[in-house]
Amino acid sequence: MKKHSVLPGFGLTLGVSVTYLSIVVLIPLALLVWSTMSLSFADFVKAVGSKQVIASYKLTFGAAFLAALVNAVFGFIAAWSLVRYRFFGRRVVDALIDMPFAMPTAVSGIALTALCASNGWVGSLAAKYGSKLVIFAEEHGLDFMNIPYLNRYDGLQLAYSQFGVFIALTFIGLPFVVRTLQPALEDLDREVEEAAESLGATKFQTFRRVILPSVFPSLMTGFTLAFARALGEYGSVVFISGNLPYETEITSLLIVAKLQQYDYAGATAISVVMLTASFALMFVINFTQYLARRRK
Amino acid sequence: MKNISTPWTSRIVPTLLVGTTFLFVAFFLVLPLISIFAEALHKGVAAYFNSFKDQYAWSAIRLTLVTAAIAVPLNIVFGVMAAWCIAKFEFWGKSVLITLIDLPFAISPVIAGLVFVLAFGQRTALGSWLLAHDIKIIYAVPGIVLATIFVTFPFVARELIPLMQEQGTLEEEAAVTLGAGGWDVFWRVTLPNIKWGLLYGIILCNARAMGEFGAVSVVSGHIRGETNTMPLYIETLYASYSTVAAFSIATLLAALALVTLVAKSVIEWREKY
Repeated sequence: MKKHSVLPGFGLTLGVSVTYLSIVVLIPLALLVWSTMSLSFADFVKAVGSKQVIASYKLTFGAAFLAALVNAVFGFIAAWSLVRYRFFGRRVVDALIDMPFAMPTAVSGIALTALCASNGWVGSLAAKYGSKLVIFAEEHGLDFMNIPYLNRYDGLQLAYSQFGVFIALTFIGLPFVVRTLQPALEDLDREVEEAAESLGATKFQTFRRVILPSVFPSLMTGFTLAFARALGEYGSVVFISGNLPYETEITSLLIVAKLQQYDYAGATAISVVMLTASFALMFVINFTQYLARRRK
Repeated sequence: MKNISTPWTSRIVPTLLVGTTFLFVAFFLVLPLISIFAEALHKGVAAYFNSFKDQYAWSAIRLTLVTAAIAVPLNIVFGVMAAWCIAKFEFWGKSVLITLIDLPFAISPVIAGLVFVLAFGQRTALGSWLLAHDIKIIYAVPGIVLATIFVTFPFVARELIPLMQEQGTLEEEAAVTLGAGGWDVFWRVTLPNIKWGLLYGIILCNARAMGEFGAVSVVSGHIRGETNTMPLYIETLYASYSTVAAFSIATLLAALALVTLVAKSVIEWREKY
């Protein structure tokens, strides 16, 4: 079972760890799976496939994916700037990146809502210029009417719309890409870049052919972590989303709503779907990290 | 030589990238942070301090402190023990154990709360037994503590495992060979080596314990003065349009988050130099 070692405490520490892990995490999770088993297959399908639930999957997965994508792009730029350039305020920016981890989600939620509401600092600008944009578009014969929460009277409505969900999920996923890319960019061998350039590669070619391939696994890991976190997010979204069924209701909120109606079976069934998605993503993360290690 | 290595055109890209970084950070991180304090103070300092005269605010603050005071020490003990057996020994199933420790990070906080409602709710055998013996776990303080332990479970262990793996076992083995007991080895050899990592893990664990919303919200029942933690009380106030009061309580948690960020930077700086 274990290789011989002179150090003491193996039995005690392993025993305590496994016991505590079982009581706090494993047994409760096993109960979740067990109570799903007690559902009939037809009930399960009905619970996870109703129209309202499907609408919430679309919103949650769609907004989480877009937010992770935005974070991949801007996170790459931020990580690159922090690693490669020395500029005024670099250390403050570096420390601030972790804020979404450190800030309680409820606090982030009400702060983002206050900012994005139609009387907030950002929301009022979006309303004003959104409506100008629509009026301009209509004058030039363009039709913006099929975009929800954008019209000539209210402009672009950031809070209490799908845009709000997207903003909250971008906020919450922001640190992941930066923090997984930073060490990878620091590890890059500058000599390889110099070799590429001395052989006549342009800056862009060096980036595209030398830098990007070697940090791509880390970028994928960061993207997937941000996506996974966004899928399960609750606190920062519920305030800004407006929670309108079929429109701005995320899946986590639907689970809470079912629980409040004492629909334990429904809540459990939807949770199992979300858990499966999280575990699949965890598998993807482990796989990309395995690829990254093998590349080394 | 002047300007051959850095012609003005080669400064465009760095300036654009750094500028984009500043804009992105300013919009998504700095503005929300400022708005918390601006909203809390926008009706004046007196209104801000009035928010703390409310007895429910104090009971929420007290419950948050109590919850963290139970959950954090338990997770410290677990984290150190798990890191010790994983980093100092080779055994079968080690990578499975590491994956299982990370599990709560992969689970939505709402599902973490649901798990405890299913385990201790009135519908289960265990739940009805507890009800018969008048023991309340769900919609009571024990449930809040359990849910908090669940979501803050990996923080200390995750900080310590890579750190202790990197340090290896040579120093500890030397101490044992020289006749030191297990407790002495940990206290005098291991702990001084891991103290900054441990401190950082504790700070992160504490920040999450005091700020957890989703998991606690599911098990709490939102009883004012009884099962409302600070984040839940902020929600209650915000939903009843007491915006100033909600943001006033939020400033305390925002300050805690800022302290966490500063502590992290200081610890990283100490580790480097």
